[in-house]
Amino acid sequence: MLTKRLIACFDIIGGRVTKAVKFQDNIDVAPAGELADTMYKEQIDELIFYDITASSEKRGIDIETVKSVAKRVFIPFTVGGGIKSLDDMYEALKAGAEKISVDSMAVRNPQIITEGSKAFGAQCVVLSTQVKRVGASPKIPSGFEVFIDGARVATGMDAIEWIRRGQDLGAGEICVNSIDNDGTLAGYDLELMKLAEAAVSVPLIASGGAGAPEHLKALFTETEAQAAIISSMLYSPRMPKNYTVRELKTCLADSGVNVREPLD
Amino acid sequence: MAAIKIIDYKAGNAPSVMHAAGRLGCQADFARCAEDLAGASHIILPGVGSAGATMKSLGELGIINTLEDIVVSQKSALFLGICVGMQILFEHSEEEDAACLGWLKGRVVRFDSSKIRVPQMGWNRVRFRDSGLGTVREDCFYFVNSYHAVPGDSNDTWGTADYGAAFTAAVNRGNIYATQFHVEKSGEAGLRLFKRFLDMRA
Repeated sequence: MLTKRLIACFDIIGGRVTKAVKFQDNIDVAPAGELADTMYKEQIDELIFYDITASSEKRGIDIETVKSVAKRVFIPFTVGGGIKSLDDMYEALKAGAEKISVDSMAVRNPQIITEGSKAFGAQCVVLSTQVKRVGASPKIPSGFEVFIDGARVATGMDAIEWIRRGQDLGAGEICVNSIDNDGTLAGYDLELMKLAEAAVSVPLIASGGAGAPEHLKALFTETEAQAAIISSMLYSPRMPKNYTVRELKTCLADSGVNVREPLD
Repeated sequence: MAAIKIIDYKAGNAPSVMHAAGRLGCQADFARCAEDLAGASHIILPGVGSAGATMKSLGELGIINTLEDIVVSQKSALFLGICVGMQILFEHSEEEDAACLGWLKGRVVRFDSSKIRVPQMGWNRVRFRDSGLGTVREDCFYFVNSYHAVPGDSNDTWGTADYGAAFTAAVNRGNIYATQFHVEKSGEAGLRLFKRFLDMRA
């Protein structure tokens, strides 16, 4: 059986990993390459890198960081931020990334999902979306709205509609980020994930809110999410306690969740 | 002396395979034309994307006849296909109705997305029969695939995993090895398997 994945997500500024709360107030954690090494040794299942200032600084993705990580980390990793074209995608894939994450840019230009999917395969294109509870309305029937540009800009788009469309456009995986829960350590937005799982048949990643092993257990036993983004729990200096990947996996395995056991 | 060649074509992830070989302390070279394959002891065909696109890329490199001569006729090199590099060894892929190399009997079909989420994405447990690489222990390896091979000869199945139902996760016939999972992205389990392949002599 396919195991549930734990993904460490790095918000990168200038080659260093940072940690935000509700997409703001990023504090410095560690150099990206160093933390990637640590996570690899701990046998994390997957890594995601967001070059979070690439778009606002109007530059391409930090390809040197991607290359340096690809040489020492032999697990899949996804990159996002600053991807604007097929050429950008090709460059990131050639640098060693498995998957490309598109977010705000895909809202502005949905065709990039289709183009990327056709050129490199659907499995290479992850649609990541920032979602906020706004209450149900005729325009936002699910009550969840898509935001872009670091959760600052409302789009008026229904989040569940958008991920369904993202799948139809060719996304091979969808990452659902809860803006409300991000950095709160209060657990994933399970209601949001249940709406998402009913809307699409591609794999789903849950993001935002993990603060304790029980949150992972709840996600994997109560929803069909196949992967969970954890970052605070692993390395945030704001946390009273950080967990190792092994501790989290042991806890999940004890709860009957199918995970990849770390090798000795 | 091993001469390891990694076939580099447009949609492939040859650099990742090269990094993995480097980590294992093995010198390898990219092969981008038929001449580059001369004297190879090990040939690796990485793959991402679709079977049809991969066949087209290999055709454009002008590499297929030489590859068949070395691997299938002379059997002078060990071959490892990865992901789509495994799928194109069969006769036909459902994906874009693509004719493939036909080194192995059988076809490549899509997972049934009415039962499971497609693509399969993540770490799945693979169990192996014994092969020229000896006994490979059951372990988790990283998969990203919407299609999987159905060998015409069940003896060719080397590794089996479950996704909705049991499927062929790896194949072996003589000097030909191939994995649907990514050995170069399967952590230490993948590197161990890759090292066994690179350490073997034809």
